Amino acid sequence: MSDQEVMITMKDVNKWYGDFHVLKDVNLNIKKGEKVVICGPSGSGKSTTIRCLNHLEKFQEGSININGTELIEDVKVVRHIRSQVGMVFQHFNLFPHLSVLENLLIAPTWVHKKPRKEAIETAMYYLERVKIAEQAHKYPNQLSGGQQQRVAIARCLCINPEIMLFDEPTSALDPEMVSEVLDVMVELADEGITMICVTHEMGFAKKVADRVVFMDAGQVIEENEPNEFFDNPQSDRLKLFLEQILSH
Amino acid sequence: MATYTMKEAKPAPTTNKGVVFWLRENLFPDVKNTLLTLAGLYILYAIIPPLLNWMIFDATWTGSKDEVVNSGARWIFIVEKFDQFMYGFYPEALHWRPNLVGILSLVLIFGFKYIGSVKLKIATIILFPIICFVLISGGWFGLEVVETEKWGGLMLTILVAAVGIVASFPIGVVLALGRQSNMPILRTLCIGFIEFVRGVPLITILFMASVLLPLFFHDGIEFNKLLRALIGITLFQAAYIAEVIRGGLQAIPKGQYEASEALGLTYWQGMILIILPQALKISIPNLVGSFISLFKDTTLVLIIGLFDILAMVTLTNSDTNWLGYEVEGYVFVTLIYWVCCFSMSQYSKSIERKFNTEH
Ligand SMILES: Nc1ncnc2c1ncn2[C@@H]1O[C@H](COP(=O)(O)OP(=O)(O)O)[C@@H](O)[C@H]1O
Ligand SMILES: [Mg+2]
Repeated sequence: MSDQEVMITMKDVNKWYGDFHVLKDVNLNIKKGEKVVICGPSGSGKSTTIRCLNHLEKFQEGSININGTELIEDVKVVRHIRSQVGMVFQHFNLFPHLSVLENLLIAPTWVHKKPRKEAIETAMYYLERVKIAEQAHKYPNQLSGGQQQRVAIARCLCINPEIMLFDEPTSALDPEMVSEVLDVMVELADEGITMICVTHEMGFAKKVADRVVFMDAGQVIEENEPNEFFDNPQSDRLKLFLEQILSH
Repeated sequence: MATYTMKEAKPAPTTNKGVVFWLRENLFPDVKNTLLTLAGLYILYAIIPPLLNWMIFDATWTGSKDEVVNSGARWIFIVEKFDQFMYGFYPEALHWRPNLVGILSLVLIFGFKYIGSVKLKIATIILFPIICFVLISGGWFGLEVVETEKWGGLMLTILVAAVGIVASFPIGVVLALGRQSNMPILRTLCIGFIEFVRGVPLITILFMASVLLPLFFHDGIEFNKLLRALIGITLFQAAYIAEVIRGGLQAIPKGQYEASEALGLTYWQGMILIILPQALKISIPNLVGSFISLFKDTTLVLIIGLFDILAMVTLTNSDTNWLGYEVEGYVFVTLIYWVCCFSMSQYSKSIERKFNTEH
């Protein structure tokens, strides 16, 4: 594996909210094209970790390198990194005052300065991909949760990112809509994009992930390839966690 | 084990609702409400007929003031002084200029949404005030100059309100954003300004504008009285607009800011494309409320010697030929104010409805 290009390096990242130590020496190395699933109990710092990667959160110690660029607090650097990183949120965060299509055009036309015509073509292509092209002129709150999340994924893909971050993309969805979103994510994964996904969907992790990372209390406790991770957990905390999520 | 068949949807039950039912339900449901209803009807009976008689049936509309025989309102006063109420001392031969501005404004208000391209919209917003100013004040294109001292009446009222509304809006937006900024100095300045202005009455701001502003420009420049009032009113209104918009900004979920940041939009792109359109939309009712109170507050400019419509009424009442017509004058001004404010609130409702059906 070492001959593969490195995409993300997090080195000894520490972060505090006031006095509260949220991330404690977090280390992560992710190669180009790798799919990583992060899981762990609520409040363990999973969201904070991936939000540091596109600078939605600042960190106080350590270093982060994204695709060869050191993440520092500089407007240009942050913009450069954000132009390569797409993020899908738990609550979709579509722009309610814009139609689905306009949601997809914002970043390509304003950030990447693409001609509108070309941006529309790309947008329609990705809407097709997430099987929602016929809704292009509707407004987000006329769509179901599953449809909205697929639009949100298409919105990220329109900037042609190297990396996709997913923060519990299915946990705000009604159960019958989870699979339509996961299907889209599986398809994406097959295409070789680098993917970090916070989720508790074990089926998805087993099918797609190259590696599963377990976080607790702001630390990475254990990481392994999925089968070993689920079948042969090493730490007591992971054993307890797996028991809890599998018991229902 | 039991199985159930699917049921057909039935129409909702209809209740018998006639006029009598409505009356009994809403006006006479019990003794207490019946008494209140009767009292209300009596008050209406005591007020409405005499008012209508005075205003319409017994009123005098035409003729000369010496021939009045009816006991009602003598509207001949309004007819006689109508031009002064509308235009102040603006030369009569040039009344077509403010009239044209009025017509253009109406066309713009109702036609703006039909302008297709964004560039054309922005061009209109920038050009329109310039055209209006040139038309009213003259001095270009062979138009005769009319000094601001001659501007007055409803024209001046609307002009002061319109300038106050249009100019205060961008300043208010910037103040609201500055108040939320994480740059401490900027934030402190904005909060300081907003809280200071909100803490003093408009009238003191107008006095300060008319007394203090000339001190800053003492090298002989004659600082126009109207301009001073406009600056004072704009700054005053901006502070209130800022607070209204801040309320709207606070109602926007954090996720909207995060999504626009994550997509790589700059601060200003995110604000202009994503956050402000949503924040302004929910602020419309409060913004219009604030515009309406500004419209009414503009009448305070009479304190610093400008002749708005109310000042014109007071002035014409001191005409020795027309003594004792105060009531007619003030009722007329009241109606004018009411029509203007009511139209504004109706217009805002139509904008809200448009937004609500859009998404
Ligand atoms: N803005 C914030 N201010 C203070 N504490 C926060 C903030 N955001 C998150 N936290 C705390 O940081 C911890 C980690 O949060 P998070 O990364 O969201 O956890 P997870 O995504 O694993 O559930 C939690 O204990 C949470 O309460
Ligand atoms: Mg989380």
